[in-house]
Amino acid sequence: LSHGGGGRAMRDLIDEVFAAAFRPDAMEDQARLSDAALTELGARLAMTTDSFVVTPLEFPGGDIGKLAVCGTVNDLAVGGARPLWLSAAFIIEEGTEIALLRRIVATMAAEAEAAGVRIVTGDTKVVGRGAADGVFVTTTGVGAIPPGRDLAASRIRPGDVALVNGVLGDHGATILAARGDLALSTDIRSDCQALGHLMEAVIAAAPGTRAARDATRGGLASALNEMAEAAGVGVEIEEEALPLRDEVKGLCEILGLDPLYLANEGTLVLFVPEAEAEAALAAMCARPEGRDAVIIGRATADHPGQVRMRTAFGGARIVDMLVGEQLPRIC
Amino acid sequence: METGLEIRVRGQVQGVGFRPFVWQLAQEFGLRGEVFNDAEGVLIRVAGGDLVAFQAALTARAPALARIDAVEARDWAVAVVPETFAIVPSRGQGAETRVAPDAATCPDCLAEIRGAGRRRGYAFTNCTQCGPRFTILRQLPYDRARTTMAEFPMCPACRAEYQNPADRRFHAQPIACPDCGPRLWLERDGAELPGDPVAGAADLLARGAILAVKGLGGFHLACDAGNAEAVDRLRARKRRPAKPFALMARTADLAGFCAPTPADLARLGDPAAPIVLVPGTGALPETVAPGMRHLGVMLPYTPLHHLLLDAVGRPLVMTSGNLSGEPQAIGNDEARAKLGAFADAFLMHDRGIARRLDDSVERADPPMVLRRARGRVPGTLPLPAGFEEAPQVLALGGQMKSAICLLKGGQALLSHHLGDLDEALTWEEFLTAIADYGRLFDHRPARVACDAHPGYRATQHARTLGLPVIEVQHHHAHLAACLAENGWPRDCGPVAGIVLDGTGYGPDGTVWGGELLLGDYRAVERVGHLAPAPLPGGDAAAHEPWRNLLMRLDAAGLADVADRMLPDAPRDTVRAAVRAGLNAPLSSSAGRLFDAVAAALGLCPGRQSYEGEAAMRLEALAGDVLADWPYAFEGLDPAPVIRAMVADLGAGCPKPLIAARVHAGLARAFAKPARVLVETGQARAVALSGGCFQNARLLSETLSALRSVKVLIHRDTPANDGGLALGQALVAASGELPQMERSRS
Ligand SMILES: [Fe+3]
Ligand SMILES: [Mg+2]
Ligand SMILES: [Zn+2]
Ligand SMILES: [Zn+2]
Repeated sequence: LSHGGGGRAMRDLIDEVFAAAFRPDAMEDQARLSDAALTELGARLAMTTDSFVVTPLEFPGGDIGKLAVCGTVNDLAVGGARPLWLSAAFIIEEGTEIALLRRIVATMAAEAEAAGVRIVTGDTKVVGRGAADGVFVTTTGVGAIPPGRDLAASRIRPGDVALVNGVLGDHGATILAARGDLALSTDIRSDCQALGHLMEAVIAAAPGTRAARDATRGGLASALNEMAEAAGVGVEIEEEALPLRDEVKGLCEILGLDPLYLANEGTLVLFVPEAEAEAALAAMCARPEGRDAVIIGRATADHPGQVRMRTAFGGARIVDMLVGEQLPRIC
Repeated sequence: METGLEIRVRGQVQGVGFRPFVWQLAQEFGLRGEVFNDAEGVLIRVAGGDLVAFQAALTARAPALARIDAVEARDWAVAVVPETFAIVPSRGQGAETRVAPDAATCPDCLAEIRGAGRRRGYAFTNCTQCGPRFTILRQLPYDRARTTMAEFPMCPACRAEYQNPADRRFHAQPIACPDCGPRLWLERDGAELPGDPVAGAADLLARGAILAVKGLGGFHLACDAGNAEAVDRLRARKRRPAKPFALMARTADLAGFCAPTPADLARLGDPAAPIVLVPGTGALPETVAPGMRHLGVMLPYTPLHHLLLDAVGRPLVMTSGNLSGEPQAIGNDEARAKLGAFADAFLMHDRGIARRLDDSVERADPPMVLRRARGRVPGTLPLPAGFEEAPQVLALGGQMKSAICLLKGGQALLSHHLGDLDEALTWEEFLTAIADYGRLFDHRPARVACDAHPGYRATQHARTLGLPVIEVQHHHAHLAACLAENGWPRDCGPVAGIVLDGTGYGPDGTVWGGELLLGDYRAVERVGHLAPAPLPGGDAAAHEPWRNLLMRLDAAGLADVADRMLPDAPRDTVRAAVRAGLNAPLSSSAGRLFDAVAAALGLCPGRQSYEGEAAMRLEALAGDVLADWPYAFEGLDPAPVIRAMVADLGAGCPKPLIAARVHAGLARAFAKPARVLVETGQARAVALSGGCFQNARLLSETLSALRSVKVLIHRDTPANDGGLALGQALVAASGELPQMERSRS
């Protein structure tokens, strides 16, 4: 692939790869959107943007395209918005295989379709070798928050119950195993998935849902810490309740990593009032994205801002936010 | 106008019966005047008798718990000398701000509980020479109303003793008797058992039960140390497979299971009543302290312990009553909730514990405090010359063996052992300790010192205090702690510091831990270090010794040997992670080198069940075996040692001998360049610090390799991270920000 900035080959690329995969309106310079979704009284517009870089570009369970759709859809969904539209911008390193690009774009289209969002505008730039690492994708998402819905971490109250929709760390472990040349054969696959439908189902079953967050970079530990901090509550989770695959656990043990800090791309944590916990759990379990949903803990009035994990032995460990690289502390 | 003497006494002289002692001396020598506590200690004004004899007796016969740092006498000119000698109220700001450490039952009180008087068999007997102090203190000043004894109004008999300057219970704040003091009972499933609680408890113990016993600074879990089945049951319930249990035994029973030296006996009998590491004889079940040659032994230190040991007549396991990893329980309800699953019954009382204090752990020869806690705190250390004008500093210590240190008025107060700050209750203890010691010391810090490790919770906390923060490199702090406790003056010149340790954050992005430093409080230069190896998995390498063996074998060109020695380990994945730079920082850690050797010798295959297990087993394995020759390092590179060890193992050389050669080799490898620094005039002495120097074998090998050189070692403060805060405080107070310099080479 050799395409200078804006030349004929570039247009070929757009036409051939992108226009073929996305609906024609997707590649307009400007999306013109109807306000039908926003005409309900009290509806609010939600907008989010994220850039995606990952090595390798394809990994068991997904690729960067899927990541770029799901990541932005999930950002909207955990904020309570119904995802509607996406933009997608690509920075492509010269020399990137065209077939790879086709696959990435194809998964994006399929994932958007499944998530019920439309990719309505986009852009591509090709840069010289070394100026980017393969493909970088930036997606911006727009969604609508229905009237009366207000999810915010600050609404979490002591006693609220914390749930996750599935096993932890699969994405981070997948990327590590794929990248590190670790001489390991694992069946671990990224959990990369869109959570918009799941959120709608949970909110329908548990209308008092306080807040949700997708446990992406920094893992569950970071998501819980941010929520505890924002709400001014403590959070207590049960080590034995945390859903972990044996393979992820094993990989973490070998590498000396804590699965609580591994990235997820289709795992969210949410807080609901205790009275609605069972309903929320049932709603999650009824959907494929929430098959492995469990209650992991609760918010407390004690130790505001701090996350603690009750261990199997009955003690409690402080689960901090990840600060940079983990360096050994045992002296 | 009469003339007399005004005598200032400095040191630990408050709350230890010093004023009544002075009063009695004044009666004896026919003196008149007064004595009182003030902010600086005790002030005595005397006239009209044998002043020379009085002064001599003041130091010669001082109460056992007193520590006199200085006695300064000058003329006392007064218009009218009082008619009598009197103890008068405390004076001045900051008076009565001291409290003494808790002290073991004194011989007089012991005689009373065994005698026929009103305190016969009374578990809470004490006097000014013994009993609870720091553990019952709620607030200062130290008087009964501000202790957990406030709930127990004195009976007339106790009050009379309390008010009589001639009585050894004069102003003994926790004074008590069966009529007015705390009550002891035995309970099971929340119900009190009838009969004598001590006899009932002894009976249960004799039948193999596990008992929770409320002590001075927390609860213990006790069982018959000679009953292997009971010991196993305790291990299973506590989920503590191998970490040595402490023992409690009467002096007369010691010979039945251990062989204390005279130095051990002296230390056992110290009023602090620490756990002392004493050579075992093999008479007790191996499971009491698996793989160890030494047993951790303490004498009964409260009347309750004496009564219980007298009744049961055999040594007891006395391990701290806690959930795995947590601090020990101190409240009755807390203990019931947490220890209910471990203990068959509770020996309870209703005197509150205000402050959680573990038992101190010590060695007698060479004298060494391994864990500084009950009986040692809140004792202060005088600062070395040059620090008289030091600002008030709060130092927050390390991460795993947390202890804090406060500097003020030429004294350092190093707190008790707190533990691992990731543990939620220990973290709360840490925050409490900062507030608590700050109040106690009337402390207004001008700056806060901490480690340079960004991931230590203490370091993160330092940044929230709104004070200037001084980050001190880990091993610089270890070195400074050693200098401080040896009274090394601030401007006495540089020393060579051999700091052999677990891991510490290095300014060059690697993890330090086997260091030869040159410098002083202000700054150090890294002049040498162990050749680094990766720590695969970061802290996982501290839990799993084989990881270090794998790396050291690979580094020594013995990858094929590693494949043979570690057939079941995920070697290739670990090696790949190291190649990929995935959580495998380079480290010069000496502790991890010991781990590698321990793994090679088959100690701790798999995972250590407690921190330091591999190294402790290695030290125990070396025992007293003489190293015929030390393994030779290449400079500070252990690769040749690893190769020699592997060859010896292949040749069937006894493992204890290999362990001995490793200890001797490491000691010599560092002693040699350190000696050169001294002999060329670059250093004035050698200081030994870091957690590895809690290994007595390594310490004695290093001392003998440094014969004829001036060597400074830890005695009263831990060489491990329990002493870190002291060093941090001194570095922060030394006037300049620490200058970290890069390696010479
Ligand atoms: Fe250390
Ligand atoms: Mg985002
Ligand atoms: Zn006494
Ligand atoms: Zn009484």
